[in-house]
Amino acid sequence: MTATALVQTAALSKRAVVRTARQPANVVFPLIFPMLLFAVNAGGLKAETQLPGFPTSSFVAFALAVPFVQGALLATINANVEFARDIQTGFLNRLALTPVRGIVLLFGQLGGLVTIAVVQAVFYLAVGLAFGVRLQSGVAGAAMLLLLETCIALAFASLGSWAALRTGSTEAVQGLFPVFFVFLFLSSMNIPRNLIEADWFRWVATVNPVSYLIEAVRALVITGWDWETIGLGFAVAAGLTIAGFALATHALWNRLERT
Amino acid sequence: MLQFSVENSRTGSLRGVDAPRENSIEAHGLVREFKKGPRAVDGIDLRVDPGEIYGFLGPNGAGKSTTVHMLTTLLPPTAGTATVAGYDVVKEGPQVRKAIGAALQEAALDPFLTGREHLRLQTTMHGITGEERRERSDELLTRVGLTEAADRKVKGYSGGMKRRLDLALALVHRPRILFLDEPTTGLDVQSRTALWVEVGRLAKEEGVTVFLTTQYLEEADVLADRVGIIDHGRIVAEGTPEKLKADIACSTVEAVPGDPDQRGAVVSVLERFGEQTTGYGPGSIAVQLTSSNGNLAEIVRALDAEGIVLSQLQIHEPTLDDVFLAKTGRHLEGAGDEEEQESEPELEPARA
Repeated sequence: MTATALVQTAALSKRAVVRTARQPANVVFPLIFPMLLFAVNAGGLKAETQLPGFPTSSFVAFALAVPFVQGALLATINANVEFARDIQTGFLNRLALTPVRGIVLLFGQLGGLVTIAVVQAVFYLAVGLAFGVRLQSGVAGAAMLLLLETCIALAFASLGSWAALRTGSTEAVQGLFPVFFVFLFLSSMNIPRNLIEADWFRWVATVNPVSYLIEAVRALVITGWDWETIGLGFAVAAGLTIAGFALATHALWNRLERT
Repeated sequence: MLQFSVENSRTGSLRGVDAPRENSIEAHGLVREFKKGPRAVDGIDLRVDPGEIYGFLGPNGAGKSTTVHMLTTLLPPTAGTATVAGYDVVKEGPQVRKAIGAALQEAALDPFLTGREHLRLQTTMHGITGEERRERSDELLTRVGLTEAADRKVKGYSGGMKRRLDLALALVHRPRILFLDEPTTGLDVQSRTALWVEVGRLAKEEGVTVFLTTQYLEEADVLADRVGIIDHGRIVAEGTPEKLKADIACSTVEAVPGDPDQRGAVVSVLERFGEQTTGYGPGSIAVQLTSSNGNLAEIVRALDAEGIVLSQLQIHEPTLDDVFLAKTGRHLEGAGDEEEQESEPELEPARA
């Protein structure tokens, strides 16, 4: 990527961040909603820690992984609704009329979204620390957690960008919200997979890639440097990113018919 | 096609040395078909000379925006060829985009960014950075009269301010050719006039070639050096506004009978001088005079001879609407409304 392309990517990312920051609903909701769900789960499901084989005595620490994934999902939905709006209003055409390369438009969108997701992750981490959670992986683990969050956000962001570019419809992107949440709820978000009794649910949670993302975050919080789990989380995020990016690039090519 | 080949071979000799090319626009047999739709553009030939303001006049759905999208490289033609600034719109899209500025039909702005932030983003996309970026932004803000509003979010701008910002954004990289797609639609008279002044200045003082689509007769008449009238994807007339009007060379007489019972008699007399036409005031009778048939004095004498009393009698010089009427059998105003739904279905393009 050339220096000019990098500057252009940074400018588009900055625009995505500024646009989000100037819409209070897009700032407050992704911060508050995951924390509310976190509080409800931490209060209502703490008896789970009594189950034989439960990996920690602190359900707060166990549940802290969920906001990281949920926050990335919310950032994805919000940012890609705006991306679809750019298509609807013709803003994308305005950018397409400049000499900027198509891929830079996509990188700019993804860069802004990832920045927002990482800022949110810092907030969730701060709340977790304030509630007494201590990362078993230490300070370096916090840095790794933010790196993992970057990868998770990139995975969701590329899939969300594909939806925005494919449909060009804000409604269609908003429609992804429940779909993503079905994946979240059918994962190991509330209980370790090995403790799920219903066979079908355990099977679904096992084939659900979201489980591996949550478990990687959770490992850094409650286990420490469990490289296998962490590596699996990164691998799943990378796989989703590659698939999402390939789809988004193809959709961008179709969307921008420019010669 | 022959003309295009010559043009291509001329520009081809410059390739590789990045020499300045002619600021002209040429299209030959340009066609755009949409999936499940009619041909939005159906074989357009045109040439716009350097520094010229070319008005592309037509009703809604006539194919104006589709033509602009093809000439600005946003949409590949289904058939035909076009060069803009000497570059082929299909084969040399990036070079075309460097040479042109465009303000498309919707002033596509981000409501959450300020005017200055828009300019900063646009200049960056054109590879302009640093001090030059700041200077150019300030200069354009001043030129379009948005200096005071520069740091306000665009969602608080009026329609005229948004259009002016849109124009400024199209000019950040000093384009040699400017495409304006219905730039004054929805603007009040004051904003419209201000935009006309700026567009005129760009062409006259800076030599910018302007391709302007409009559905406003007055806009084409006042602003354009030459006008192309498009209907159903085809250019039905082209020339200077004066020449187009002179070609049909027939004025229209409009009369309002003093006694409504004499309406039939008025029609009968006026029809001796031409064909009845529509689109004038309620209760009036209008006749488009055949080119050499009668003048106002003769008409008055004929009406007087029949003992007809009029409350009003006017003669209208030909307008571009008369040209449109002569070429298509319809008035421009409202002509596209009934066809809008089936024309220009741009959201569902067929891959070329």
